[in-house]
Amino acid sequence: MEMPLPDPSVLSRRAAIVAGLRAILPGDAVIDDPAETRAYECDGLAAYRCAPLAAVLPRTTGEVAAVLAFCHRQGVPVVPRGAGTSLSGGAMPTADCVILGVARMNAVLETDYDNRFIRVQSGRTNLSVTGAVEAEGFFYAPDPSSQLACAIAGNVAMNSGGAHCLKYGVTTNNLLGVTLVQMDGTVVELGGPWAETAGLDLLGVVCGSEGQLGVVTEATLRILPKPEGARPVLVGYASNAVAGECVSDIIKAGILPVAIEFMDRPCIRACEAFAKAGYPDCEALLIIEVEGSPAEIDEQLTRIKAIALRHNPVELREAADEEQARRIWLGRKSAFGAMGQINDYMCLDGTIPVSALPHVLRRIGEMSAEFGLEVGNVFHAGDGNMHPLILFDANKPGDLERCEAFGAEILKLCVEVGGCLTGEHGVGIEKRDLMGVQFEAADMEAQMAVKDVFDPRWLLNPAKVFPLEISAGRRAG
Amino acid sequence: MRPASEAELSETIRGAGGPLRVVGGGTRGPGNLPGVALETGGLAGVRLYEPGALTLVAGAGTPLAEVEALLAGERQRLAFEVPDLRQLLGREGVSTLGGVAAANAGGPRRVQAGAARDSLIGLRFVDGAGHVVKNGGRVMKNVTGYDLVKLLAGSHGTLGVITEVSLKLQAMPEAETTLIAEGLDDATALTRLRAALGTPYDVSGAAHIGGRTLLRIEGLEGSVAYRAGALRSVLGGDWVLASRAESAALWRQVRDVAPFAGAAGAIWRLVVRPSAAAGIVAALPGARAVYDWGGGLIWLLTEARADVRAAVAGHGHAMLIRPLPGMTVPVFPAEAPAVAALSRGLRAKFDPRGILNAGVMG
Ligand SMILES: Cc1cc2nc3c(=O)[nH]c(=O)nc-3n(C[C@H](O)[C@H](O)[C@H](O)COP(=O)(O)OP(=O)(O)OC[C@H]3O[C@@H](n4cnc5c(N)ncnc54)[C@H](O)[C@@H]3O)c2cc1C
Repeated sequence: MEMPLPDPSVLSRRAAIVAGLRAILPGDAVIDDPAETRAYECDGLAAYRCAPLAAVLPRTTGEVAAVLAFCHRQGVPVVPRGAGTSLSGGAMPTADCVILGVARMNAVLETDYDNRFIRVQSGRTNLSVTGAVEAEGFFYAPDPSSQLACAIAGNVAMNSGGAHCLKYGVTTNNLLGVTLVQMDGTVVELGGPWAETAGLDLLGVVCGSEGQLGVVTEATLRILPKPEGARPVLVGYASNAVAGECVSDIIKAGILPVAIEFMDRPCIRACEAFAKAGYPDCEALLIIEVEGSPAEIDEQLTRIKAIALRHNPVELREAADEEQARRIWLGRKSAFGAMGQINDYMCLDGTIPVSALPHVLRRIGEMSAEFGLEVGNVFHAGDGNMHPLILFDANKPGDLERCEAFGAEILKLCVEVGGCLTGEHGVGIEKRDLMGVQFEAADMEAQMAVKDVFDPRWLLNPAKVFPLEISAGRRAG
Repeated sequence: MRPASEAELSETIRGAGGPLRVVGGGTRGPGNLPGVALETGGLAGVRLYEPGALTLVAGAGTPLAEVEALLAGERQRLAFEVPDLRQLLGREGVSTLGGVAAANAGGPRRVQAGAARDSLIGLRFVDGAGHVVKNGGRVMKNVTGYDLVKLLAGSHGTLGVITEVSLKLQAMPEAETTLIAEGLDDATALTRLRAALGTPYDVSGAAHIGGRTLLRIEGLEGSVAYRAGALRSVLGGDWVLASRAESAALWRQVRDVAPFAGAAGAIWRLVVRPSAAAGIVAALPGARAVYDWGGGLIWLLTEARADVRAAVAGHGHAMLIRPLPGMTVPVFPAEAPAVAALSRGLRAKFDPRGILNAGVMG
């Protein structure tokens, strides 16, 4: 992965920059010992690593503003970091950057059940937001599989999704406001604990901007009353196409499950070997979950089962109790772990129109043979977001490159059938050089114009999202 | 001017010698703007409709009614319940999808399904320099690059002229029921509405209008009956139920702010912290209110010519929807200086000559 050469003038001022940071922050909040900065050298895209110049761990918005203003004056690039679980290299450092980590900013600032929101510091983990409100019967809806570790900061930056976004939407649909610190240290409040803003929707464009427009230090999030209950059914089919038709028929029938997850045969087999969830050995498996009271769940599942049966499943299993529900989800939830058991893997994240599913899975199968690499597919089928997991051997020379080439072909295919490069993991460095597949120059120019306004000198996370050759002039300035 | 294609629109904008006034159906945009009218009616037509994927792509000039009729044929709809403000604003014409997007329209179901921005999954637009730009796409989950869709939704034609929109759709529910309570004072009514929104019963409308307090539930028959019963017992008091057509008629009144249509006075749209709503209205003597979103939205009718914003400070913001003649109060609330600087910067980038709906948003 090509990264810009570090700025020699920054590298040569390393000691002065660290001293400057120490003058702003308490001693334990500035990390420059190479043994310790190594902890920040990569995120969840661990194939790419680079230690930063230094890392800082501020505790308040004021400290963040002071650090940014200082780096701005010094011309030092800053890479914001939440929990470092990004799968696209969004939080990967460059050698001349300061990593600004919000991990120590994890306080709950305000909970308001009457108005149904919570305000937190952005370093708080996703799951602990729900943890803070569940005793009162509420939850925070977006639930990425990484929710135990990932921070709201990263969720906002990536506009993260989760298994239940078919019903509840993604981060942007559940975000009411942020405190944002711009690169020059200016602090702005966008949105607030009310439904919408009156002027331009700056909050909407900050969400999903991958840490390039400002550092989010606080977030106001919508919380929802917890549903009374949930129950999954598992349906196995002998063909991907039929499973796809079943999904489409459920949606057309006007039923809104909270989740429709899809797994293909390689993935089912891997999960079965790993987690022994008792999945049938078939080409396609659907897990469909609905919510409500027991009677409401019965009402929905009766209809879903009727539709599913029309398509002649090889198996249809409804969870009769909590334990059976857990077993149905067990395989799906361990999918990544299961694939990781077989080999190293790369997790892709393209989205396709649901109708293109059979065609795309067939093409992926053909390409898998061409590239000589195995691939398993897990897929949020209700919304078309697919996660092909390509297996490779990191110790085998050339395998990573082959895997990346295969991945790029899959993502191009997603765009070709009317979809996109990334449904929830973000562009980062991983898909940066593929942006031209989806966008024309003018499309990217319009996006970069937004960054020009928020961060005119392009010091915040500058080498991400946009292909280096098109951002070159801006980054240099 | 009425360009017949996106390319022609781009030419028109490039060649414009002065301000342009973007007109969809003229039903919800700002009234008297300077400039030559630039109509989007030539950019009409549904380009893709996939009921099984809940997606629709259509030209910005496509009439809303045409789309709603098409969707109804498949028992689908737009989730965000577009208000019809023609009576309220004294307008004629037909709403278009582009206007709906540019105004980020959203009705009572906002409490459950969001506004236009939350259903918009992609769009194309021509910026003030004539550049054709696309963003988003036709799939529901997409984080590829910045979300300019959100930026354009609610930009009131200032950053660019929207030429095409992609929308996520919703299935029409099998059943709909409204719980109605009569005679509650504002504060009590709104407290009940907030309590209802805090239950797991998936309320899709929560309004207080003309002395009636309304709660809507939608879904499968059995489920709606169950939740109506559960809500009644949780909330206490007397709630009568309205059936399907009757229920729908009630929510059209809320959506379109029917009680204020034809009434004299200035009309304000306040978006606030719901628990502050009753207090805000009480502090404005003589004002009449229609409350939606459990109090999160207040439509205010007042004879007063003064700015109501002091009453809202710290709790949200207010937009002057229909001024009295000669009122000099700004339509949009002032932004904090640093936020205003960002908005100004974006306008300067997307519309360097400042010709698109100039001055609309202040
Ligand atoms: C096992 C696993 C499963 C996953 N499952 C999902 C899933 O189901 N759905 C999904 O959407 N994602 C998933 N992810 C991806 C990842 O967890 C999300 O992108 C997450 O939101 C990243 O959060 P983070 O706090 O770890 O951010 P980081 O990795 O630290 O950073 C992510 C991006 O956010 C920016 N950033 C961080 N903090 C700030 C800040 N304060 N202000 C501005 N920008 C900031 C960074 O610069 C970077 O660009 C998964 C990852 C793993 C490892």
